[in-house]
Amino acid sequence: MNDVSSERPIRVLVAKAGLDGHDRGAKVVAAGLRDAGFEVIYTGLRQTPEMIVEAALQEDVDCIGLSIHSGAHMTIFPRVHELLAAHAAEGILLTGGGIIPAADVRALEDLGVGRLFGPGTPLAEVSDYIREEVRARRGASSGTGS
Amino acid sequence: MLEAGTLKALAEAVRRGDARALARALTVVENDPAGAADLLRALGTAGGARAHRVGVTGPPGVGKSTLVAALAAAWRLLGKRIGILAVDPTSPFSGGALLGDRIRMGALAGDANVFIRSLASRGAYGGLSAAADDAADVLDAAGFDPVVTETVGVGQAEIEIARAADTTVLVLAPGQGDEIQAMKAGLLEVADILVVNQADRRDADRFVHALEAAFDLRAGPRPPILETIASKGEGVGEVREAIDARLRPDAQEAVGTRRLERARRRIRAEVDRRRAETWWAGRGDVLDAAALGVTAGELTVADAAAEFAEGKERDR
Repeated sequence: MNDVSSERPIRVLVAKAGLDGHDRGAKVVAAGLRDAGFEVIYTGLRQTPEMIVEAALQEDVDCIGLSIHSGAHMTIFPRVHELLAAHAAEGILLTGGGIIPAADVRALEDLGVGRLFGPGTPLAEVSDYIREEVRARRGASSGTGS
Repeated sequence: MLEAGTLKALAEAVRRGDARALARALTVVENDPAGAADLLRALGTAGGARAHRVGVTGPPGVGKSTLVAALAAAWRLLGKRIGILAVDPTSPFSGGALLGDRIRMGALAGDANVFIRSLASRGAYGGLSAAADDAADVLDAAGFDPVVTETVGVGQAEIEIARAADTTVLVLAPGQGDEIQAMKAGLLEVADILVVNQADRRDADRFVHALEAAFDLRAGPRPPILETIASKGEGVGEVREAIDARLRPDAQEAVGTRRLERARRRIRAEVDRRRAETWWAGRGDVLDAAALGVTAGELTVADAAAEFAEGKERDR
């Protein structure tokens, strides 16, 4: 961890998408990512894909983490992905978790969504994944001069 | 870290109102002091002579974010474009931060005339972030006016916001021990406008009277004390009017003084930062030696510092 001390902090938007009204899981993830050294923007319940993408762009985040337990993942992930593309913001890592069947996970990953984590995933696994993925993306974009 | 041409293009896009460029510019001022200096020059901001800079401060849990959101909605009715900087604390242990002010600002989503950015305090004191002034400059250059900065929930004597803002709104709520705290705290002095939020609580009137009594014991004018129920929008229009009234021609002198003070403080801070950066470069070994001397009881901190200040520092 010492080698990252001078690095710009990784910013992550954690959002609870869809209509289900419990956000305990999202809050636990948000606090865990904070403890891993990330700057976590938590936006609360019932966020629409439009709200999520607007907040992500204003906050200039490296990563969006969506928590979805309502079964709407096949609607919400593709929509967020599509909105990011529409704003030329595919550089933002889109990841998340919830109760998502394996077949849907594969379909979403094929679409270009990042890794999706099931219940009970150790937080270190999530934060390691985000850190590695964001570093790779930052390296790639600074190489092209943007 | 960015090249001059990139910065210039970025500045132009910010002035055009490109929201994405604005977000990137805020990232630059937050992370790269040298880039920030170049960017602000390219933006042509004159250090805050345009937008009304409003600071909203107060203890945790009194409803600062809710009030800021309600104020923004009130300004939107007048056709204003509002920039919001919301500061939350960075953990000194992990370096991470949980920035949750947007939770209370959901009603502002989807409006391109409101731009919200969360800032982590990153070790700065006084409830702000070191980049807060620069970030406000950027929002100002992008045409947002007012620019509202919401501080970390502060304790007793946090005055940074008073130095950073044209107008400081102190938000308190009945109960929570605020009453006694407010009586003795240095916090009251920073208020240009005092808001008692959650005014539907039973002890609200008693709290307002206690505040009035606290001010009557002091010299100088008493700031307006306004009651709100921000979650319902009640009383928010009056707060908005009191804030806007600070820029009326007959009242402008106070804001002018504040702006001068802000410019003075920022110049000094920037000089200190630059001098410290160049001055300490190459003196690390001597500093280590002096620190060893202090811990070994050979010299005092004051004597070691005097050696440095007088250019007589030496390897031990």
